[in-house]
Amino acid sequence: MLWITCPTCGQRPVTEFRFGGELPHVPDHLTDEADRNLDWVWMYDNVDGLTTERWFHAAGCRRWLTLRRDTRTDRVVA
Amino acid sequence: MNEFVETILDLTWHEPKRSYDVVIVGGGGHGLATAYYLATRHGITNVAVVEANYIGSGNSGRNTTIIRANYGIAESVRFYQHSLELYATLEEETECWIMHSTKGLLWLAHTEWGMRAERARTLLNQACGAETVMVTPKEAQELCPQLDLSGGGRYPVLGASYHPGAATARHDRVVWAYARGAMRRGVHILQHRPVIGLLREGDRVTGVQTDAGPISAGVVLGAVGGRVTQLADMADVRLPIRTHPLQALVTNAYAQGFGPIVSDSELLCYVSQTPRGQMLMGAEFDSQPSYSMASSFEFLQGVAAKVTHILPFLRDLRVLRQWTGICDISPDYSPIMGATGVDGFLVTTGWGTWGFKAIPAGGEAMAELIATGQTPSLIASFGLDRFAADHAMADQGSAGTR
Repeated sequence: MLWITCPTCGQRPVTEFRFGGELPHVPDHLTDEADRNLDWVWMYDNVDGLTTERWFHAAGCRRWLTLRRDTRTDRVVA
Repeated sequence: MNEFVETILDLTWHEPKRSYDVVIVGGGGHGLATAYYLATRHGITNVAVVEANYIGSGNSGRNTTIIRANYGIAESVRFYQHSLELYATLEEETECWIMHSTKGLLWLAHTEWGMRAERARTLLNQACGAETVMVTPKEAQELCPQLDLSGGGRYPVLGASYHPGAATARHDRVVWAYARGAMRRGVHILQHRPVIGLLREGDRVTGVQTDAGPISAGVVLGAVGGRVTQLADMADVRLPIRTHPLQALVTNAYAQGFGPIVSDSELLCYVSQTPRGQMLMGAEFDSQPSYSMASSFEFLQGVAAKVTHILPFLRDLRVLRQWTGICDISPDYSPIMGATGVDGFLVTTGWGTWGFKAIPAGGEAMAELIATGQTPSLIASFGLDRFAADHAMADQGSAGTR
């Protein structure tokens, strides 16, 4: 099970949190403004490895947090 | 394909070549069906299917084997209805037993919102050629006597939509049927051959790089499940895909027999019986994207709580196995098929939790696209360019998950 350390509440199980999505990241090689907008709105890095993402502690302090997670193991790293 | 399968199937293995007209990356249902239809419908047999593991080792061997067409947007209903019809004649066509069994599917509603959604689904399905009708709670219980119409007191059944054409088939056998049919006609299947790069000349994709050397191709089709973002990245193609784990489980055998497939749009779970008698069930995919195939206790807990509300007899059964597949979830819960904007590189992806039922129609349409260069009208709405055109095909309510 994925455990998340909330800055307010400490280590809590994933079932208390709502996933808030990966941080948007538009690649530098996209230079056209329309291409950049399309990428920002729809595309995902969908990283196989370390990803930076937002979580909401819905059944706890109800605050947002940002963390790093390894998607290969589904474990929080920082 | 493992040794046991080879003893029951009559297979023709080929020496790999350095060049093919078409290279399909991913030996799952969609990749193999595309190869099969290229060979049978279009006479294109200079084709290789390149699979990193053994065929059917990904999501084609991990799904809950449900075939249905009761979707919520017209384009999807037509597409999946065609697929359902192709499945119904697949045994005859391939001369392989896929254990196809028409069971019907009940989609339960517990709220007035749910009833509205099911009524809308019923009307749309009828207008688009799929058979779906509304049934009362009493009629639902006649179709499935095990149903608790009070929903354990918390989820009373107000009604249901019933889709009599829904079926199940043995997923491995579907993969093997297409593989055998394709191989007999000269298609090469290369197992245990991971693709580690795409060959590129200028703006074109001209083949694949494998750990055993390059293979050049006129067209490369990405038909992988789970790792499509990494494959597309090799061609600098960005995809609107998130990879989420989806779990499922089977119980020990339920000897009394269980008729239809039962699905629930509010509890978001689905239950059917396998030909062995085991009860097969699944629920929502994990909330966070991940490539881990670890099974979790939260899933067991969650799915058990849901299904026992509507089917209390399941409390007396034991969980035999639990497993996970990693699914390509598209933002609008519809597939993405066709051109990528890079010449020589096509994808069939975004199959999320709904890919198994689409194998015949998806393979047939991709084969037609590769053979003729024209996108068949059946899949014209499902191109990657729909996002730039602001024509997302939103149909989350029909995925049975969220």
